[in-house]
Amino acid sequence: MRRMAEYRLEVNGDSLDVSAPDHWTLLEVLRYRLALTGSKQGCDKGDCGACTVLVDGKPWLACLTLARSVVGRRITTIEGLLPAHRANGGSGADPVQAAFDRCGALQCGFCQPGMILSAKALLAKTPQPTRDEMREALSGNLCRCTGYTQIFEAIESAVASELGLKPAARAWGAPPVSCAARKDGGA
Amino acid sequence: MSARDLHGPGAPWGGAEPGARSNSDFKVVGQPRPKVDGIAKATGAAVYTDDLTFPGMLHAKTLRSPHAHARIVRIDTSKARALKGVHAVLTGDSMPIKYGVIPWTPDENALAVDKVRFIGDPVAAVAAIDEDTANAALKLIEVEYELLHTYLDPFESLQRKEPQIHEDKKGGNISKSVQLEFGKVEEALAGAEVVVEDDYFFHGSTHAPIEPHCAVATYSADGVLTLWSATQITHYVHRALARVLELPAHRIRVIQPCLGGAFGGKSDPFSLEFCVSKLAMVTGRPVKMLWTREEVFYAHRGRHPMHLHYRSGVTKDGKLVGVDAKILIDGGSYSSFGLVTTYYSGQLLTGPYHFPTYRFDSTRVFTNKPPCGPKRGHGSVQPRFAFEVQLDQLAEKLALDPIEIRRRNFQGDFTRTVNGQRVTSNGFLQCLDEVESASRWKERRGKLGFGRGLGVAGSMYISGTNYPVYPNDMPQAGVQLKVDRSGLVTVFTGGNDIGQGSNSMCAYIVAEELGIPVERVRVVAADTDLCPVDLGAYSSRVTFMVGNATIDAARKLREKLVAAVAEKWECAPARVRLIEGLAIDLEDTARSMTSVEAFQLAETKFDTLGSTGSYNTPKLGGDYRGGTIGASPAYSFTAHVVDASVDVETGRITVHDVWVAHDCGRALNPMIVAGQMEGSAYMGLAEALFEEHDVNRFGLHRGPSLLDYRLPTSLDTPDFHARIVESIDPEGPYGAKEAGEGPLHPSLPALSNAVYDAVGIRLKHLPFTPAKVLAALREKRAAASVPQGVR
Repeated sequence: MRRMAEYRLEVNGDSLDVSAPDHWTLLEVLRYRLALTGSKQGCDKGDCGACTVLVDGKPWLACLTLARSVVGRRITTIEGLLPAHRANGGSGADPVQAAFDRCGALQCGFCQPGMILSAKALLAKTPQPTRDEMREALSGNLCRCTGYTQIFEAIESAVASELGLKPAARAWGAPPVSCAARKDGGA
Repeated sequence: MSARDLHGPGAPWGGAEPGARSNSDFKVVGQPRPKVDGIAKATGAAVYTDDLTFPGMLHAKTLRSPHAHARIVRIDTSKARALKGVHAVLTGDSMPIKYGVIPWTPDENALAVDKVRFIGDPVAAVAAIDEDTANAALKLIEVEYELLHTYLDPFESLQRKEPQIHEDKKGGNISKSVQLEFGKVEEALAGAEVVVEDDYFFHGSTHAPIEPHCAVATYSADGVLTLWSATQITHYVHRALARVLELPAHRIRVIQPCLGGAFGGKSDPFSLEFCVSKLAMVTGRPVKMLWTREEVFYAHRGRHPMHLHYRSGVTKDGKLVGVDAKILIDGGSYSSFGLVTTYYSGQLLTGPYHFPTYRFDSTRVFTNKPPCGPKRGHGSVQPRFAFEVQLDQLAEKLALDPIEIRRRNFQGDFTRTVNGQRVTSNGFLQCLDEVESASRWKERRGKLGFGRGLGVAGSMYISGTNYPVYPNDMPQAGVQLKVDRSGLVTVFTGGNDIGQGSNSMCAYIVAEELGIPVERVRVVAADTDLCPVDLGAYSSRVTFMVGNATIDAARKLREKLVAAVAEKWECAPARVRLIEGLAIDLEDTARSMTSVEAFQLAETKFDTLGSTGSYNTPKLGGDYRGGTIGASPAYSFTAHVVDASVDVETGRITVHDVWVAHDCGRALNPMIVAGQMEGSAYMGLAEALFEEHDVNRFGLHRGPSLLDYRLPTSLDTPDFHARIVESIDPEGPYGAKEAGEGPLHPSLPALSNAVYDAVGIRLKHLPFTPAKVLAALREKRAAASVPQGVR
């Protein structure tokens, strides 16, 4: 029969007691014991990155991590960003979350908790990343909706607002092409 | 209400007419703004199906067939039932009624009855206290199979009649066959200056949304079944549940929570929806089933592999005279949307170019593989690939610029296609202009040196389809508005937001029409108890149809507000304008009241405040059998230019840049439209270069994981340059047409054409693997080294 394990995890600044089957992954414990369902299961084998959390500030695949193996480590999930931002005197959501919202980076939104945490880890290490650095840092997080462009734009927007700069022009920022201007429109 | 009834002849957005509304006349529409659910998704607060938990909830798992084609001789579930923690075990006999999303072809069972038809076909389902126990129980189920001949080659299915994959189906293993001819193709081709005839192959690919399918059901003591499901078509699931479970539909409630991507892959009713419902009814407890990634690959319903043969002729000026197509479609093991796919494979090709004559002969066959269905650009991405490559072959023979041949064949706006489809606004030429100038085509094409090139392709796609999946004359989209005394307006819509932003679209429209901030609009969607029927998120119908229904509802409500305010001010209603959270008197702008006051006045004058709105298409389509399939109230148009290099040593193709110009009518939110264009182009290139959904010689899936089935990562994806073209459709909501599927189509043929420009090889068989590139290069070198006289 299955064995249960009891341990304490440090999640989003709280110490939480867990009792769960001893083979459960961090993702299972977060989602089904602690009701932190923001971390998503997309493949359950480390291929998609939807389960990404931060462990001691580093991006970590929760679906491949035995929950007991991160006892004593600092775990941050997507739910932890906004309260941390507020605790630091901020308003609204975390700046990276706000930038993702502002730039259309969220379509179905399922990959985004993992994507945003990978972006947070990148920005903590490299505050003004190039596109190539972003591509590298996010390459473990699959997005099926966006083609990644608006995700890069969101990170650039977050950096720009951090620095008080105007973000670069966006494709959708230009006025659309009107067909009224082309007079030979009909055949 | 149809769009023409709704907007009238004097719709406030003409195309080029004087007095047409420009984007700056709108307060909400036409501007980039966040989505109504964006911040919930960014903070992890958005609730998806697997995020739901209920007290006492059981977990269900599915036993699947290990054989591609077999008869079930015996199933013994007694050991599984006896396992501690198991609450119920179901087999096919518990739900013998067949279903299918197309009412004419019901050939699926929730769990296999008598036969299995592909490796992964569901055979039994177990509900237990947890997933581990359910999985352990699956291992205790004994199934005895009698193996049958396995069909893996669609050409064999075409010829061989016995054994039949579906025994009650007439006509051997043919799922659907359509032959249609418009004009006299043979005569036309006989008179052509140049004819190109060639074969093309489009492989299978799948949607791979990051969220796997999931469903949760509860069955209340008073007999109401509630199903939460990751579906993109709530209404058809509702109907299918009623049929299979033999419950009256009013005792069933279907809710779509937040959805983690679909792309067509969540359009059919699926086995797990029936299983959790039945298990909840049997056990009296909530039941959840979450498919593994592997199971999502078996469920499939992805892009049909197609063997395509095209023969097209042009005049010496490059004008098409006739197009002749013969297409064999590998349908996999069930019908799914296959009837529609078969029609779409022919019917959707007749633009943006004028075809004077056209003929297609499309046949879909059954094979013992995961069933195919609708994937983004349903049924039309494959023929589009073949034809756009053939168009480049024709241009080459005539020494015409590939963009020029496309311009010369432009069909025009407000016209009718050879197969009787009504085309309204058409911005295809502008799309060509945009990609031509943005890519610096004239300066760069053919001049990038050996190994690098540019390619172009165009396309058109439907904005919704005329014909509802089941015949009826009721509205295709319905919307209801409810007003709170606080000034909050709630939109109730059956429309399914699958990440494309349809809930946001509804909120923008209501805010625009009632002159209130978007923050004062909330949207309740895709709950069959609360929301009026909408037919669901497929065929790129939601913006067009739900958008029009929302305008209809909002205008009815606005009329009441204006009447109440006008009465209070003792002025003509025409003087009252609702704008920026206020009602103002246009002739005495000092006089105004807040929209909250206006709502309260209207509630006082009329009654509890609300309204309904609906949309139905006008009569469309050709007057022949199947003429309404593919008939759309409006068509979108796209052009791509792809810049790619080929490494002749490794055969590897690298895409550098993709310019995407798309005519979406009017961009209700350009940021969301650009996201759809970029995501579409990404998905098309992913199919062209990375992804292949196929089985091995036993019918076993080659790699049912996101490691083996290679989704492009951020490192693999090129830069996209989206350019929005607005043709302002006379019937779309504010002139809008679709943007979610059309922009996928040209990416594959444009890449093939770019490779030709780069290294002179025509890639006609997808996907473009390094092996195929190297083989084509070898073939080219061999042909070049043969001396002229010897050949």
